[in-house]
Amino acid sequence: MATNGYKVIGTRPIRHDGVDKVTGRAIYGADIQLTGLLYGAILRSPHPHARIKNIDTSRAESHPGVRAVATAEDLPQAADKLQDLGESIVNLRDASNNVLAYGKVLYKGHAVVGVAATSLHVAQEALELIDVEYEILPHVTWVMDAMKDDAPILHEDMKTTSMGEETDKVSNIANHFQHKIGDPDKGFAEADVIVEREFTTQTVHQGYIEPHNATAKWNEEGQLTLWTSTQGAFMVRDQLIEILKIPVSKVKVVPLEIGGGFGGKTSVYGDPVAAVLSKKTGHPVKITMTRDEVFEGTGPTPASYIKVKMGVTNDGRITAATTYMAYEAGAYPGSPVGAGAGCIFSPYDIPNAQIDGYDVCVNKPKTNAYRAPGATNAAFAPETVIDEICEKIGMDPLEFRIKNAAKEGSRRVDGPVHPRIGCIETTEAAKNSDHYNTPLEKSIDGKLRGRGVASGYWFNFNGGKSAISVSVNSDGTINMLEGSTDIGGSRASISMQLAETIGLEATDINPQVVDTDSIGYTDVTGGSRTTFGTGYAAHATGQALIREMKERASKLWDVPADAIDFSDGVFSYKDEEKKRGTFKDLAKQAGDTGGPIVAQVSTNPDGSGGGAFATHICDVEVDPDTGKVDVLRYTAVQDVGTAIHPSYVEGQMQGGVVQGIGWGLNEEYIYNDAGVMTNANFLDYRMPTTLDTPMIETILVEVPNVAHPYGVRGVGEVPIVPPPAALSNAIYHATGQRLRDLPMSPPRVQSALAKNGE
Amino acid sequence: MSKKVQVQTTINGEEVEFLCEPRHSLLEVLRDNIGLTGAKEGCNNGNCGACNVIMDGRLVNSCCVLGVEVDGCDIQTIEGVGSPVQLHPLQQKFLEHAALQCGICTPGFIVSAKALLDKNPNPTEHEVRYWLAGNLCRCTGYDKIIRAVLDTAEEMR
Amino acid sequence: MHAFDYATPQSVADAVVLLNEHGENARVLAGGTDLIVQLRENRRRAEVVVDIKGIAEANKLSYDVSSGLTIGSAVPCYRIYGDAVIAAAYPGLMDATSLVGGTGIQGRASLGGNLCNGSPAGDTIPPMIVLGGVARIAGPDGTREVAVEDFCTAPGRTVLAKGEFLISLHFPTPEEHSGAYYRRFISRNEMDIAVVGVGASVVLCDDHSRFVSARIAVAAVAPTPLFVRDAGDALTGQAVSDESIQKASEIAQAAARPISDMRGTAEYRTHLTGVLTRRVLNGAVQRAKES
Repeated sequence: MATNGYKVIGTRPIRHDGVDKVTGRAIYGADIQLTGLLYGAILRSPHPHARIKNIDTSRAESHPGVRAVATAEDLPQAADKLQDLGESIVNLRDASNNVLAYGKVLYKGHAVVGVAATSLHVAQEALELIDVEYEILPHVTWVMDAMKDDAPILHEDMKTTSMGEETDKVSNIANHFQHKIGDPDKGFAEADVIVEREFTTQTVHQGYIEPHNATAKWNEEGQLTLWTSTQGAFMVRDQLIEILKIPVSKVKVVPLEIGGGFGGKTSVYGDPVAAVLSKKTGHPVKITMTRDEVFEGTGPTPASYIKVKMGVTNDGRITAATTYMAYEAGAYPGSPVGAGAGCIFSPYDIPNAQIDGYDVCVNKPKTNAYRAPGATNAAFAPETVIDEICEKIGMDPLEFRIKNAAKEGSRRVDGPVHPRIGCIETTEAAKNSDHYNTPLEKSIDGKLRGRGVASGYWFNFNGGKSAISVSVNSDGTINMLEGSTDIGGSRASISMQLAETIGLEATDINPQVVDTDSIGYTDVTGGSRTTFGTGYAAHATGQALIREMKERASKLWDVPADAIDFSDGVFSYKDEEKKRGTFKDLAKQAGDTGGPIVAQVSTNPDGSGGGAFATHICDVEVDPDTGKVDVLRYTAVQDVGTAIHPSYVEGQMQGGVVQGIGWGLNEEYIYNDAGVMTNANFLDYRMPTTLDTPMIETILVEVPNVAHPYGVRGVGEVPIVPPPAALSNAIYHATGQRLRDLPMSPPRVQSALAKNGE
Repeated sequence: MSKKVQVQTTINGEEVEFLCEPRHSLLEVLRDNIGLTGAKEGCNNGNCGACNVIMDGRLVNSCCVLGVEVDGCDIQTIEGVGSPVQLHPLQQKFLEHAALQCGICTPGFIVSAKALLDKNPNPTEHEVRYWLAGNLCRCTGYDKIIRAVLDTAEEMR
Repeated sequence: MHAFDYATPQSVADAVVLLNEHGENARVLAGGTDLIVQLRENRRRAEVVVDIKGIAEANKLSYDVSSGLTIGSAVPCYRIYGDAVIAAAYPGLMDATSLVGGTGIQGRASLGGNLCNGSPAGDTIPPMIVLGGVARIAGPDGTREVAVEDFCTAPGRTVLAKGEFLISLHFPTPEEHSGAYYRRFISRNEMDIAVVGVGASVVLCDDHSRFVSARIAVAAVAPTPLFVRDAGDALTGQAVSDESIQKASEIAQAAARPISDMRGTAEYRTHLTGVLTRRVLNGAVQRAKES
């Protein structure tokens, strides 16, 4: 039964691609088989920082079964130019050098040589026959070290940009920006209580179960087809044409099903290498990554150092807040520190605030987006400082958040003004939740229990460009082609929005995600924009179909089209009995009224996904002897705009929460002194298993987003923002120890307890 | 490259014969030789379960089995769960509960859960979680998967 | 993976001939959950992989009260915990076999393989030690027996000489009023390599008030799994009490000489040794009382 007067929106139909996925029939990127396929493998740098003196591939090239090799020499030098690729701005020269190292390797795992051979095993054998001569350079793998004057420099030609101006200083600091509102000094002077704390977080990976893959094939006319699992087929095409310097008309990207992305599949890695090898061999070439390559050769999220200072009055009003945020960009500039700055204080209405943000290069893989990029690191700091403040002034932490909540019209420290948002509604719902009002029972066996809360915000991207193309079948069902690759069920929610608009069932829509030749330009699936942006296009498509149907009805009924009414799924002319029909009725007569009915729409709405707020409640149990933290109960409360398909909204929330729990309790890249990641596998990079989390309760608050006809608000990202802070607060309330360094793994918890007593 | 070995086995109820090198894993053979791409490679070292198949009635990670080891064995993959005309109750419940988002881990989970229910038709939530601990999912947070398996068990009893 | 040949000897003698012929270039394959991954990741090399699953003695699983428990070296974990009689008689062994690597791994991995892999963190090794396990080895000079606590010699290395392989493991029938228990500490709740693992086996007197004897072994705190004889001996004749258990756990903790690595610091592991030994001894005592 739908809600809010909708017929389809709010129901839970089986997703259209579901049967293929539960039967194993769905074709993901690595599943593709082509005649004459060759397999590629990539030789990667063993050093975190080195100059490439020489590459000798002769022994590899003469190994039986090897057909071609590729290095950076095979890529035309990309322009030092920025491009907006949907989730982040990318410098194309950096992107190209990241694909195959040019001159220097900047992290252990940096790709240096590609090889194509008759089997993957042969290709991997060939890698051992390649001789690369390196001049090893000193390396740096922590942001604060990289910012020092004597730090090893990654890019000798990179000068710090500070406050918008390029300085003369060559350093690893790519950018320093500052946002300021009001007068923080004055604000702190007005405060009764001031707390200032420092925090660190470690490098963390999105952890999608499907490794990256790309299969490239050139035909005799110089047309390149690339099959891949990606969050954006057009984004891949954009990057390929720039990196390979080929015309856009010569490239077709076919997105296959994708096994998780979370922002990490918004850049090309092996794709250009596969393309080069395919061109050289005249055969299709498939390159898939192994798991350790995924860890070491793709884009994790930054490690960071954050300092937060906050001042409040005794009655719980925030008078000032400042922060220093230094994020690791990895080997090339472009960390999400700016996005983090847009989120860090944004659940609150603070009159005086200042943010200083630093984007810093280190000898680690170039970072990429990870679900609300930058926001989780950011929230960890103020959400725990607030908890400390609330204890000092004796105020309930949710009451505090409501009292200082951001509202429509509140200004974020980085400038934008909040539109209609659900911040207060979300926090109130948390306060009234069953979880929050159920006392936490004591442990029976000497373990310590505690409850913590935390909030978070993610701004959600602008709607972006989406295209939809539909054709109506004679029975009134609709074939819908769209370009938003489906990582979480968006095919279904977009179909539902189209169905709602024209009075059909979700099952009447047959959605397909198609290649870049078959649909208009569509931005990446990411930034929580898809259900909003492509849904917006679906609604517009529905409107276009309604207009067309009215024209058809006008012919049938011999009345003016603009006098025809469409409501409740029925087209009608005044009250006339014979002049009524549903979409399906009219579709059956398409042949008589002008032929097949089609529509094509391309949208780029002004509004954004609306800004999402979340408040989470977490109960933990800590074993003081071992430092082990178990999550007993977890509730995620979130403003979801309008839940198109509630099951998938809940799923986004639960998935984000569990990623956040992993980030908070166990996940980290562990580097040794040689600058090498020692845990590049699923055994020692510890993501939560079924046994590590309880059921995740979800409370969906619906404050419709005014920028969308159905009130859709992006929901996918904010759920990962509060968990580390919620856990830290819960651990504090269980043990009396505040942990400010992630992850809060057992050794760290046990050490904090042992040092400071319980 | 060493000489290929001829292997005879039963896969999803049908006799299958294939040639492979000793170093080819069962996962590679299923995907590349036989065209059964339902089992996936997630980690290639036994830590994620995306490659799960049932071998002689036991759940195994096909990335940790060599193709040459399965001569004379009976193998069930995701393609053998349910039939072309009727989904297995687990598959149906996964759909109803929205227990999948990207779907890459789903074949592994379904094969693994089937192996559980074949052995223990009335598992507790803890038993389900324990059995499935070797199957990693990054999208769902596991909640709906566990519910789907418990619901299936109840329905099948 | 580098190419290798694959052999399936059908008898102990045939296997010994093959292994003797190829020496360091041959590797024995049982469950494969360690070896296949190691070959793939180039951590071990082999020109010949010798699959022993065709050898009857390697697949044997039998228990009777008079002769004890025999487990062939290739018997997978699931067969062991799937046998109701064996599971009831050796719960300490079940603790380990049911947590190794996850359900899919347990479908293939064997105790013999875990022992021969020689990891200081091998979960099944402490329970095998405290249960008095004996390894039967076949080689060019015939068969010989080695106590499980003497089997591993260094990380990844064992007493197996050229041409030798492990045929089976043997455990005496549990005594009356005895109980064994194994627990490890890991950062998640499953799927991790032990940061520290402790196994204990205790025998109590008739009224359960005193220890008759005890054996304690610890994983992941030394180059090999450690049989801490002194810790167990300290319980002989002692009252079953928090004090005596505390004393034994302190001895075990003092014997630990762990390294710091990505799974834990030396300091943390040493601390955990004490904590776990206490908990495991209590668990073993509880089982002894219920036996």
